[in-house]
Amino acid sequence: MFFQETLSQAPQFFGLVPWIVFFPVIGLLFNIAFGKKILERGPAGEKIVGWVASIASGLVFLVSVLLLVSLLGHPEGKTVPLAEWIKIGNFQVNWAFQVDTLSVVMMLAVSLVGTLIHIYAIGYMHEDVRHNGDPGRFGRFFVFMNLFIASMMILVSSDNFLMLYVGWEGVGLCSYLLIGFWYEKGEDGLGNALAGKKAMITTRIGDVGMLLALFVMFWAFGSLDFHTIFEKAPQVAQASPGIILAITLFMLVALTGKSAQLPLYVWLPDAMAGPTPVSALIHAATMVTAGVYLVARSADLYILAPQAQTAVALVGGATALFAATIAVGQFDIKKVLAYSTISQLGFMVAAVGMGAFVAGMFHLVTHAFFKALLFLSAGSVIQGVERGEHHLAHDPKLKKHAKSLGHEFDPQDMRNMGGLRTRMKTTFWVYLIGAIALSGLPPLAGFWSKDEILAEANQLNVAVYVLLTLAAVFTAFYMARQILMVFFGKPRSAAAEHAEESPPLMTIPLMILAALTVLGGVINLPEWHTLEHWIEHTLGAAVHKAEFVMLVAVLSTGLSLLAIVVGWWIYNARRYEAFWAEPAARRPDDPLRRLIGPLFDLWKNKYWVDELYWAVILNPYIALSRFLADVVDWRFWHDWFHDQVLVAGFNRLTGLLAVRIDLGIIDGIANGLGKLAQRAAATLRLAQTGFVRNYALSIFLGVVIILGYLLLR
Amino acid sequence: MVPVEYYTGLSIILFTLGAVGVLVRRNAIVVFMSIELMLNSANLAFVSFARNYEAMSGQVFVFFVIAVAAAEVAVGLALIVAIFHSKRSIDIDQIHSMKG
Repeated sequence: MFFQETLSQAPQFFGLVPWIVFFPVIGLLFNIAFGKKILERGPAGEKIVGWVASIASGLVFLVSVLLLVSLLGHPEGKTVPLAEWIKIGNFQVNWAFQVDTLSVVMMLAVSLVGTLIHIYAIGYMHEDVRHNGDPGRFGRFFVFMNLFIASMMILVSSDNFLMLYVGWEGVGLCSYLLIGFWYEKGEDGLGNALAGKKAMITTRIGDVGMLLALFVMFWAFGSLDFHTIFEKAPQVAQASPGIILAITLFMLVALTGKSAQLPLYVWLPDAMAGPTPVSALIHAATMVTAGVYLVARSADLYILAPQAQTAVALVGGATALFAATIAVGQFDIKKVLAYSTISQLGFMVAAVGMGAFVAGMFHLVTHAFFKALLFLSAGSVIQGVERGEHHLAHDPKLKKHAKSLGHEFDPQDMRNMGGLRTRMKTTFWVYLIGAIALSGLPPLAGFWSKDEILAEANQLNVAVYVLLTLAAVFTAFYMARQILMVFFGKPRSAAAEHAEESPPLMTIPLMILAALTVLGGVINLPEWHTLEHWIEHTLGAAVHKAEFVMLVAVLSTGLSLLAIVVGWWIYNARRYEAFWAEPAARRPDDPLRRLIGPLFDLWKNKYWVDELYWAVILNPYIALSRFLADVVDWRFWHDWFHDQVLVAGFNRLTGLLAVRIDLGIIDGIANGLGKLAQRAAATLRLAQTGFVRNYALSIFLGVVIILGYLLLR
Repeated sequence: MVPVEYYTGLSIILFTLGAVGVLVRRNAIVVFMSIELMLNSANLAFVSFARNYEAMSGQVFVFFVIAVAAAEVAVGLALIVAIFHSKRSIDIDQIHSMKG
């Protein structure tokens, strides 16, 4: 009681909320203005640029913490208006920040993980820009990262759907910019740029859904404010339930694009072309969870549309299992994590779809911790291997050996790794923690959140429960496979043999994230339900009471352990080395292929979904556009309509006007007048004889005629 | 008292002689004299009518005509002299450089 009272008297910091956007904007403006100059100083300059960006992000975290403190005293939250944006008649949209328990959870998660990733990136990008041969890009990277933080903050803190949409598109832009960060690299020197384009276009398809949802909301509610819409929603739902269903389904489309769900998930694996901190921040921890946040934010709408809820839950469940199976067949260390992210996003989407909004948000936060951890550790592994390769290339004794490797070396291929446990101790331990959390073993954060989702699913939607449980089994299996392939056994390449641990600037954020991964579960332990009570303040009746079901927990944990044991059985060091020792021609690419054959092919090739999209959508689309460009535009419009009809017709018309009208009639009249005057003059000049007597005679005759007329009339 | 018709008749005859002279003669001096004849026939008509109607205006007119005729003669003779000077002839049929 006393505690509550002191809190309600605690100072309020709600007014500070615009600074969560201003700080990163200041940071990026600083780096735009002075970054280039500072970077000329070399590594010291890099530190300045990187820390400016990191501090900008850290200040956002600080503000978020202050907001949290304010909310402890006033859990109902507050809307802080900044400026009027659009005002047309009764319709008004403001730049206003909504501080409530839901948005602050997102702010805290994003800014905390974002800050750690910024700091990690100072170390990571130092080497990355050197490996890729363009140190000048260091500053640009941090400008984009700060821009991302600003956009994400706009997304999570807005008090209306239009401002949310601004952030929604802003993070999409940053994603595009950062996927294509090494735009001249990749397949054929185009691969990364194409990956960025793919991400942009695919998410844009989803964003059309978002836009349509906005239109319907504007049409049905005459407003885009959360408050107004959620308040009016029950009436509208009673009058015409189709409207709510349409809005929520359009939002589902937006979600499948941004949060990489079936069928629009295809951009996320390709997005791994970006630098690894980007994959961790944008494509694992924060941006892709925007869709989950959107559904949780619109909880008041979703609970009015049970069909939409079912659709969202099924999409999430199906995606979770689908992506988890694909992850089993991948060899690229980042691709495994990418599909794992899609799968875990499926968990969250399924949760919020079922109405378990708290479970979804809980998993969002813990996933942000452990997936950021995994990605950053993977980045550390990749750079460790790259350092090993670099070491080889510059050591005269080993140069020969490096040459014998011949073909282009892929530092991300897990088959080139192995045995990194001893060479990269810190990275190994944090990776192991992240993997265990992802596999859902107690007592790490991943267990609590995943288990809450499973418990809810068990109660709310059995089909989704089955899908998610299977997905969890596959998750444990592919993580076991990855850990064993990367860290255990003997090094399978000279580069891995000479891999080196990353600098403290990178490993310290990893350790902090590892600590968060271990402890993150405390925010919503069973019985305590801290996060649930917290979010209840915002979502109110929409919050579904989660109960811990021992059977579900034991079953999922047991299945995960079983999957890990199976993984160990297949990929343990001894077996895998024996497998690796076989002649390359005789052995398949993975021992699993021997056991399940075609199924592995299916997973390795990602169910051929990309190929299917190429065959069904892209190729016909390209053929259609070629047809339109070549036949319709060029041959019909240009060659025929333009050249034959327009140009020829114009020429004929102008010919007619010039020859017939201008030369014939206009010139004819002018020349005719001239001729007439000439001829008249020639005739009249005959009268001008020059003889005075002739003139006199004319005068006389004239007088005679006039007189005669006067006399005789 | 001689009736006014007689004067008028004489005036007509003189005017006709003058007019015919202007039209048919080629010597510039003679043409000139014919013009004087026409002027004087008009003068005659003026004074005869002035007397007939016992009005002064006709006689005033005659004075003006005589004055103007004198001026005209001065200009005309000067022109004839100038033409003769350049053309060595005063035959007006030879002077047709104004032909169009």
